[in-house]
Amino acid sequence: MSQPVAPVRHILIEGNKSYHNITEDLCSPTEKAPSREWILAFIISAALLGLYVFAVCWTVWKGIGSWNLNRTINWGWDITNFVWWIGIGHAGTLISAILLLFRQRWRTGVNRAAEAMTIFAVICAGQFPIIHMGRVWLAFFIFPFPNTRGPLWANFNSPLLWDVFAISTYFSVSLLFWYTGLVPDLATVRDRASGFRRKMYDIFSFGWTGSAKHWQRWESLSLVLAGISTPLVLSVHTIVSFDFATSVIPGWHTTIFPPYFVAGAIFSGFAMVQTLMVITRKVLRLEEYITINHIESMNKVIVLTGTIVGVAYLTELFVAWYSGYIYEQFAFYNRVFGVYWWSYFGMMFCNVVSPQLFWSRKIRRSIWWTFFLSIIVNIGMWFERFVIIATTLARDYLPSSWSYYSPSWVEIALFAGTIGLFFVCYLIFTRVAPVVAIAEVKAILKVAGDQYIGPNAKAHGHHGGHKSAPVKEDKHED
Amino acid sequence: MAADSKKVLYGLYNDEEDLKSAIGTARKSHLDIMDVLTPFPVHGLDPIMGLKESRLHYLGFIYGAIGATFGFGFMSWAVVSDWPILFGGKPYWPVPAYIPITFELTVLFAAWGMTLTFYTICGMWPGVQAKVLDNRITDDKFCIAFNVTESADSEVSALQAFFSKTGAAEVHVKTI
Repeated sequence: MSQPVAPVRHILIEGNKSYHNITEDLCSPTEKAPSREWILAFIISAALLGLYVFAVCWTVWKGIGSWNLNRTINWGWDITNFVWWIGIGHAGTLISAILLLFRQRWRTGVNRAAEAMTIFAVICAGQFPIIHMGRVWLAFFIFPFPNTRGPLWANFNSPLLWDVFAISTYFSVSLLFWYTGLVPDLATVRDRASGFRRKMYDIFSFGWTGSAKHWQRWESLSLVLAGISTPLVLSVHTIVSFDFATSVIPGWHTTIFPPYFVAGAIFSGFAMVQTLMVITRKVLRLEEYITINHIESMNKVIVLTGTIVGVAYLTELFVAWYSGYIYEQFAFYNRVFGVYWWSYFGMMFCNVVSPQLFWSRKIRRSIWWTFFLSIIVNIGMWFERFVIIATTLARDYLPSSWSYYSPSWVEIALFAGTIGLFFVCYLIFTRVAPVVAIAEVKAILKVAGDQYIGPNAKAHGHHGGHKSAPVKEDKHED
Repeated sequence: MAADSKKVLYGLYNDEEDLKSAIGTARKSHLDIMDVLTPFPVHGLDPIMGLKESRLHYLGFIYGAIGATFGFGFMSWAVVSDWPILFGGKPYWPVPAYIPITFELTVLFAAWGMTLTFYTICGMWPGVQAKVLDNRITDDKFCIAFNVTESADSEVSALQAFFSKTGAAEVHVKTI
């Protein structure tokens, strides 16, 4: 029989897979010995992580004086890196939560890896607020805990404290969401394994069996976690922007910051997802799961958010002029034509001009262009945070304290080191867990409910050259 | 063998559509299904099985409400009653400034509460030994399981007839 099915529904997974093919393709990277590329990438990342540990020890031993910050510019690369990493994290939650609420089924190809990226990026981000405190062994002071000083509680009016709550909530909720999604897939890996491996996956899959009632609860939990992660992710970057917006520094004290930061976060996060996916799909041979259509969809998000960010930059300039407030006007004049003009133009070029190339379908669907532009966008978004932080502080109210800042080797090593930390985590993740959500991909394999993938599927004409056919119309006879 | 071990008769189907029609048949002929196990969440399965909707999300709301009350209440108590501090001439009880932390704690409590409840009611925890009927259930097989620990031979053969009638690819007996 044939049913009316919307012709716009295209297949999401290419290659006419059966359920077993999916299990095989997605579990096998965790079962094989690591490839040469993986080992090489791991050695480089681990070396950078070693550099990071060294730079942290150096900072703690020598003190923050080993950085080039000064009285005028008291936030530099540290907070730039913090905001950059936390922004990158946002794309994972956007893909897994917001696209789930919007029923964007293509997200299943990339959500697992993107969420993993979120968690690792938040780990990297969290390093900077802690080490920039200087006396890291007193970092627990940020939490309101009963203490011997009264107890004297934390200042609940401070956006910096809101940030503590926002980031730690974001990290732990993302971890729950990600791991709960991972449990059924770890059970799949477990059921293919034997010996010690099976014992390990037995522990990590929590005794999952695939019972219908468990699936029902699992879906209910996923939906609610997605529902609460959506305002959470928006709140996190909003609160990060409050770190600046609630101050009285011209150039920071603007109401546009929350939406502008959130759009920028999604923008940079999608760029990082592209960077990772382009490599991951190639190295792990997942081109049929993370298809060109996925890459194109994400490039569309990049051009949209890049344009929002561009509008925000221009709005800032306009409002500075329109305000008639000379300090605000000077702050923005200084941003564009001041000592750090190169970072402003770098930001404008990378974030506003370069993503416009994605209006071209050919470029949107090109792997090389996507990879190249994703790197450009990542650089641009780093510049954006540097522009906001360093250029604004370099020219404050008092001309005698005007200053210039460039990082010391310790600060550069810390930044490069967190990239190592990020990739060490990501590379380990690709070895121990399926990078594509197996169960979720199986659930979207059939484009229409009446499609049949059984032993007789061949006889029903489902396994032969249907690559471009969007709709399968026949139904098996009971 | 543990005291609560069960003898299970289970059939494996190759496609979720076969599974769904088989469950419909089983319910029509009043067979007492112990469990249905699938490699992924099969849509439309719950009404066929007669599963009630999960109430987990109501609990999520309650946990969130507890988080909100706790967060807002704690901050208010700390700065109004326990140690009032005047910050730059601002009010002692600046309610709008509490919105961010109250919101974060709402989300934190709802997420953790729901997730821990989920694992608890499903009997899942690190170190729980999964009672795996068949390794392929998490791969590509759809399983209907019957508890036949105390069933008479005639009942078992009725179930076997049911499996062959509904197109199960394999039928096995296993003690778990």
